[in-house]
Amino acid sequence: MGVLARADADAIAIRLAEAPALPRHIRLRGPETGLVMARGRQGGDGAPFNLGEMTVTRCSVRLADGAVGHAYVAGRDARQAELAAVLDAALQDPVRRPALLSAVIEPLAEAQAARVTREAAKAAATRVEFFTMATMR
Amino acid sequence: MAYVAVKGGERAIEAAHAWLAEERRGDPALPELSLAQIEAQLGLAVDRVMAEGACHDRGLAALAIKQARGDLIEAAFLLRAYRTTLPRFGASQPVETGAMRIRRRISATYKELPGGQVLGPTFDYTHRLLDFALAAEGSVPAPAPEAATDSAATPQVTGLLAQEGLMAPELPSEAEPRDLTREPLDFPAERPLRLQALARGDEGFLLSLGYSTQRGYGNAHPFVGEIRMGAVTVEFEPPELGFPIELGEITVTECQMVNQFAGSKKEPPQFTRGYGLVFGQGERKAMAMALVDRALRAAELGEPVEAPAQDQEFVLYHCDNVEATGFVEHLKLPHYVDFQSELEKIRLLRREAIGE
Repeated sequence: MGVLARADADAIAIRLAEAPALPRHIRLRGPETGLVMARGRQGGDGAPFNLGEMTVTRCSVRLADGAVGHAYVAGRDARQAELAAVLDAALQDPVRRPALLSAVIEPLAEAQAARVTREAAKAAATRVEFFTMATMR
Repeated sequence: MAYVAVKGGERAIEAAHAWLAEERRGDPALPELSLAQIEAQLGLAVDRVMAEGACHDRGLAALAIKQARGDLIEAAFLLRAYRTTLPRFGASQPVETGAMRIRRRISATYKELPGGQVLGPTFDYTHRLLDFALAAEGSVPAPAPEAATDSAATPQVTGLLAQEGLMAPELPSEAEPRDLTREPLDFPAERPLRLQALARGDEGFLLSLGYSTQRGYGNAHPFVGEIRMGAVTVEFEPPELGFPIELGEITVTECQMVNQFAGSKKEPPQFTRGYGLVFGQGERKAMAMALVDRALRAAELGEPVEAPAQDQEFVLYHCDNVEATGFVEHLKLPHYVDFQSELEKIRLLRREAIGE
């Protein structure tokens, strides 16, 4: 679910096109956008406090075979939330699960990991290497 | 204060709003700004509007900035108004800033610290000379250099001090914090409530108050223990699932200010912290927030409360720019009857005083 929450609808749809077709679904709730109050901790590790709200879109669906899926994703992308809910339901089916994991979830996770690695590499390039007077010439 | 219902003026208002729309667009021969451009190229304005609008949504903040013609307080106001139209699903688990995916991390107290000093995309060390190369459009900068990463953890500096017993620890707590958006402020306000108010407070106001504590109004001796900026994962436990799931990632800036504390009857001399946490990349705001947070802890630490920044009511009632702009700008509303009575009074007083 964390992978789908970080992927936009287009990225999920492109991967889904490579996967076996999903069963039809009906919407049980949403997709609808609301707010979640994001919290921090005082001093970074103390009592919780309310930092501010964030938009979140949720969706619940039921597949033709009866499986129910839920999704909550940051932002207002209704299509992303619905696709994530459908995948949440479909991934509960042990028969479908391996194909969906390899066609959708794993490639998305790899792309996200590549972005994270790239950003970490840029951050690492701005890491300060101190020289002490003794070693300077 | 009283207002009079005034009728009329609808045509004038419509014309004024039509002119506003025209001014907002500017010269139609120029290309229109897109929300994606605002989000990408005015990113720090977007961050500020999200922080002061107390609503994290980059696209909505960009729209608010466009609609407000770049007036960031007006944009925060628009975002605050929009959020009232949405249902609240619940509250997240507290974000773990210690596990942040670091884009910037600096400490002014330790040169060599685990995880190192990471400058990130900063204005620091720029020469603040106008760069006329930016005026010539069409250039794409070379990609930023990359370097090998190490997997060393980046522990929080306050944790390093706490291990030695030199830093007053935060007491572990899972207490449900009170929420300013659900109940009115009352005093004394406990620290979580104060931090919520400061996190959505006006950057300029907090900057000036923080500055005042450095100049002697509040006797602060702060060091930047650590500033870190990067992505944190937000987790939320939907009631229908009963376990937390990841909603996604948001960028936040955190500042840990380390301050002297002479000790009291109950506490030995040690460092205490002021804490700042804001949505987006907002280092100035996070630092100012941390200074003011520490100043507001004066009473609980047994220090004299003498300066404006230490006065809870003064700070918390005046730090919100949406509230402040509402009350200041309401003076523009018709006060005809009020003023009529003032006129009569001053005429009477003048007659008595100078026999007019």
